[in-house]
Amino acid sequence: MNLNNLISIALRALMNNKMRGFLTMLGIIIGVSSVIIMLAIGEGSKQSITGEISDMGSNMIMIQPNFNREGVSKGSSAMESLKIKDYKDIEMECQYLSGVSPYVTASGQLIYGSNNHPIRVEGGNEDYLDIRKYKIQDGVGFSESDIKNSAKVCIVGKTVVEKLFTNGEDPIGKIIRYNSIPFQIIGVLKSKGSSTFGQDQDDVLLAPYTTVQKRIVAIDHLHAIFASSLSEEYSTRAMNEITDVLKRNHKSEEGKEPDFYVESQEQILDQIKTITTFITTLLGSIAGISLLVGGIGIMNIMYVSVTERTKEIGLRMSVGARGRDILAQFLVEAIILSITGGLIGILFGSGVSFIIRLASGWAVTVSTFSVLLSFAVCTITGIFFGWYPAKKAANLDPIEAIRYE
Amino acid sequence: MSNTIIEIKDLKRDFQVGEETVHALRGVSFSVQEGEFVTIMGTSGSGKSTLLNLLGCLDTPTDGEYFLDRKPVAKMSKNERAIYRNRKIGFVFQSYNLLPKTTALENVELPLLYNSEYSAAQRKEKAKKALIDVSLEDRMLHKSQQMSGGQQQRVAIARALVNDPVMILADEATGNLDSRTSYEILTLMQELHSKGRTIIFVTHNPEISEFSSRNIVLRDGRIIEDKLNENIKSAKQMLDSLPKED
Repeated sequence: MNLNNLISIALRALMNNKMRGFLTMLGIIIGVSSVIIMLAIGEGSKQSITGEISDMGSNMIMIQPNFNREGVSKGSSAMESLKIKDYKDIEMECQYLSGVSPYVTASGQLIYGSNNHPIRVEGGNEDYLDIRKYKIQDGVGFSESDIKNSAKVCIVGKTVVEKLFTNGEDPIGKIIRYNSIPFQIIGVLKSKGSSTFGQDQDDVLLAPYTTVQKRIVAIDHLHAIFASSLSEEYSTRAMNEITDVLKRNHKSEEGKEPDFYVESQEQILDQIKTITTFITTLLGSIAGISLLVGGIGIMNIMYVSVTERTKEIGLRMSVGARGRDILAQFLVEAIILSITGGLIGILFGSGVSFIIRLASGWAVTVSTFSVLLSFAVCTITGIFFGWYPAKKAANLDPIEAIRYE
Repeated sequence: MSNTIIEIKDLKRDFQVGEETVHALRGVSFSVQEGEFVTIMGTSGSGKSTLLNLLGCLDTPTDGEYFLDRKPVAKMSKNERAIYRNRKIGFVFQSYNLLPKTTALENVELPLLYNSEYSAAQRKEKAKKALIDVSLEDRMLHKSQQMSGGQQQRVAIARALVNDPVMILADEATGNLDSRTSYEILTLMQELHSKGRTIIFVTHNPEISEFSSRNIVLRDGRIIEDKLNENIKSAKQMLDSLPKED
């Protein structure tokens, strides 16, 4: 029997039981669409998180005090392990770096006129903007003398401008007060929007680190050091250089955990990728289980169908159908059910993903991979779960089948 | 001159039921020429169903030989028998066995679907012709459940004719029908017979044998009577003699 006849026989049989066919397909539809949606959400969040981290500077390196060495919190002195000398030595000695900046931070209240706004001030040097991928939209960045003289100047983000200058004044040149210290605004940052985690990246206040260190927090250590390697491929070498300098400065003992750690953006990116891949796999597997349940639904229905249509099978055999013709018919019925269900599931899943994208703003992406995967799984499900009932039908004895009541 | 359609020699069929061996057929021999209308009669347990299964290539004998259209069938494999059923035999069953929710035309096309020599157009053409032969030209697109028992049996006969078989094998084909409809079906069978078709009609009803050209009676797995009918009754006349329906 040729394939055309086979498909038309199977379609006729399915059309005789439309409602049952649809209910059977429903299992596959739900299974496939949940696989598509889950993978789309997983893939989408991965893309937006990694995209954002690269935006922060994929060649960025962070040096922070390690105050949690050997599983024990070492107290406040351990947090003060990074000094100005460390920064100066890194700047002098490391050749794979395009920029280094100390980092000192504090939180406080910004006041302008009758408006006030709580904020965390970030203190850096003239490289800081480049390292953190901040761009000036209006005004200027910090100059060498601003840093040297602990100048009371600042650069603000868009949110700060909106909160303080409610009547639409030009903020450049205006004096705002941070914890009663007056700062002159010399620049406004280009907007970065909010991050995947919902954090407003425009709610920032930048000032020279010397100013923050001396005038606000009054400390002589650094909270962190930020650096950027010449490019991504140099970041491992740059990290090794930095580690060598700091180990020497801090007289770190071999075999013991040092009192600082050096981390590149790339490493963080890798960690996050691992996590998101794990989440995607988890979501996909859960959805896969529903696909499996859908497949068992097909087997169940086909099995019932074989018993119910024993007499029809007997008749077909008596007019010349061979065992393999019957096998093929039932297998094709199962495959048509699962593939049709799969196609509807793919359309439905893509539709829902698109709606989620519109509604939530996440970068929900239906990948070709997930579509191909679901399609392949459906076909395999059809063959796998259709095989056993079809084999049962093919092995019926025509004499008994034709007299079956 | 005549052509031998069926030739069976000492056909035996045993069944194993638990420890016991049941001899359903204990050595049956006969042959059927082209154009004969043979009734095979017997009470239940006489072996007629077993003989029918063997004649219909649904089963294989324990011993003996069976030539259908001069080809030995007894040793054929399952698949070869299926092809032989498809090309050589037209079955008519007691309970019609039409596919439910399927039109008369599609039911008649069924055997041809299992023969890849026919295109879709040829299938339709042949099925239409077969339905015209059984006077159902105006019922082609009716579904099986929309037809009377007699009409359904005509569809079944059309299905049996569609592949131009060498014989029509009827199994109690009038068993589910009232007497008027039974005569109608027998009239159709006699018409087919007069056109040269070979018909084997298996039944337990002695009345049917009066309309056939030859009668074989089985008892306990053996032939006890095999004689030609010199005085064939006309089913058409019987039908006409029945009181007219309102």
